[in-house]
Amino acid sequence: MTNATAIRPDLQLIADLVEPGARVLDIGCADGELLDFLVNTKNVDGRGIEISQTGVNQCVAKGLSVIQGDADNDLAEYPDQSFDTVILSRTLQAVHQPKTVLLELLRIGKKAIVTIPNFGQWHVRLSLFGRGRMPVTKSLRRTWYNTENIHFCTILDLHDLIVEENIELLQFVPHQKDGKRLNMGLKRANWFADQALFLLDSGHQV
Amino acid sequence: MTSDDNNSVTLFKDAPLELDSGAALSPVTVAYETYGTLAEDGGNAILICHALTGDQYAAGTHPITGKPGWWSRIIGPGKLIDTDKHFVVCSNVLGSCMGTTGPSSINPVTGEPWGIDFPVITIRDMIRVQAALLDSLKIDKLLMVLGGSMGGMQVLEWLTTYPKRIHSAAILASAARHTAQNIAFHEVGRQAVMADPNWNQGRYYASNTPPDKGLSVARMTAHITYLSEDALTQKFGRNLQERDEVTFGFDADFQVESYLRHQGSTFVDRFDANSYLYITRAMDYLDIPSRYGGRLADAFVAARNVRCCVISFTSDWLYPTVENKRIVHALNAAGAPVSFAEIETPHGHDSFLLEIEEMDVMLEGFLASAERTYSPTDQMGEGQ
Repeated sequence: MTNATAIRPDLQLIADLVEPGARVLDIGCADGELLDFLVNTKNVDGRGIEISQTGVNQCVAKGLSVIQGDADNDLAEYPDQSFDTVILSRTLQAVHQPKTVLLELLRIGKKAIVTIPNFGQWHVRLSLFGRGRMPVTKSLRRTWYNTENIHFCTILDLHDLIVEENIELLQFVPHQKDGKRLNMGLKRANWFADQALFLLDSGHQV
Repeated sequence: MTSDDNNSVTLFKDAPLELDSGAALSPVTVAYETYGTLAEDGGNAILICHALTGDQYAAGTHPITGKPGWWSRIIGPGKLIDTDKHFVVCSNVLGSCMGTTGPSSINPVTGEPWGIDFPVITIRDMIRVQAALLDSLKIDKLLMVLGGSMGGMQVLEWLTTYPKRIHSAAILASAARHTAQNIAFHEVGRQAVMADPNWNQGRYYASNTPPDKGLSVARMTAHITYLSEDALTQKFGRNLQERDEVTFGFDADFQVESYLRHQGSTFVDRFDANSYLYITRAMDYLDIPSRYGGRLADAFVAARNVRCCVISFTSDWLYPTVENKRIVHALNAAGAPVSFAEIETPHGHDSFLLEIEEMDVMLEGFLASAERTYSPTDQMGEGQ
């Protein structure tokens, strides 16, 4: 067994919110860094979905159970409430149907952890305002024509959707790309946070 | 037909094999090959399941054709399935013609070859025989069972029928049920065999004139389904066979015709026409979800502790990704740890037999993690 002890700081923020022994689905699990960490340090029953062949192979080599697929097409097949926690890390902006996907997360998971790059951050606003061109930043590195991020949103945008869908927001953790937490509310975070984490509750009784 | 080496065992002598059809078969001879050495704790045993026209010679050299075994690419000393480390078992399936009991075997009642008096068999009947073979080899539990195509169907039946006897399972380019199109192609093949006058209601063994023409056509049709349009175009296009112009006749003007004719004629040298009828029928009858009220996931409930790996290929139109994903979703819904990849390849269904790096990397990682998580002596930890 690999014994992962340190992971990317923003992934650590997610890991901190996962209960030991939980059933976890990580959607867009990439090379399995977070999932592997959760399996090894929190003894979770971890599953992953990853779009790239390379990512799937890296995960399988780590002994993880990962299927090649994506959030838009593969969530419908999972039974209701089959996971304790479903994780969608920096992926919501890349799906075709963000609202459908968000609701699917809470159908199959008792809780969902969603993180997004914040398109409302001041760098981004300044870049669009000053340069008049789609921003390319640390969190959003590609240009408009080759980015996989097709549904950018700000912290406030996602919060609006959460409110609109009557989803219970258990925790809001704005943070920088390096994982440093920002102790601020929604509006200020929308100006200053690179990313934000939302811990959501499905409302289903366990 | 008898095996010319020692790797043959006669089972079901006392208690007959109860078949899905309701018939009983006794005895059943199984021809098999093993590679490597069985560990003292039995923890290194891997069962390989072969496809429709495959046989037990998965590795090493085939004694009849002199060619490498059908999966010798990945099975052997130092290979992906390392026979210096693992003990590999591969047996000829029930109904086949390479030494295991089938329609060309002698019916003990009449003293004549069975022909079409042989009972119709299923994929599950095949794996019941494999399980009995493992009993005779004193193998209680397998580190892994794996196979592609019909081999994958057997792996699926292992999951439904003997989940406690397997630690991990790999299914390549397969399906949990035959579709109308799958059945349709098989029916064309069977009708080709039966339309050959030499078939003679399956009684051709004494005459020494087997229905080669019919079986050859069956193979040609099937072979097309193992490739893809792209593969055929790349390989042959409209290229002519050793000529500059078409001949305005029915010779094999095109390379693709010549190729298929060759596939057909070499196939009849190694395969029995009645076996072809029986095994294609077994595949057509496969419909695992129907045994569970249409819910495939329910078939795998008892297999939820078995580590699974499913691989499909983009250009496989015989058992396309959608059929493989049905399996994945069902395993997932049953709670079984399953990995899946759809591998990009132009080679069609036969891809699982070819050298494709992404597949090898996936299988290698899967096998390594299966080994890491397997303790054969820990009876409580697995499959309970």
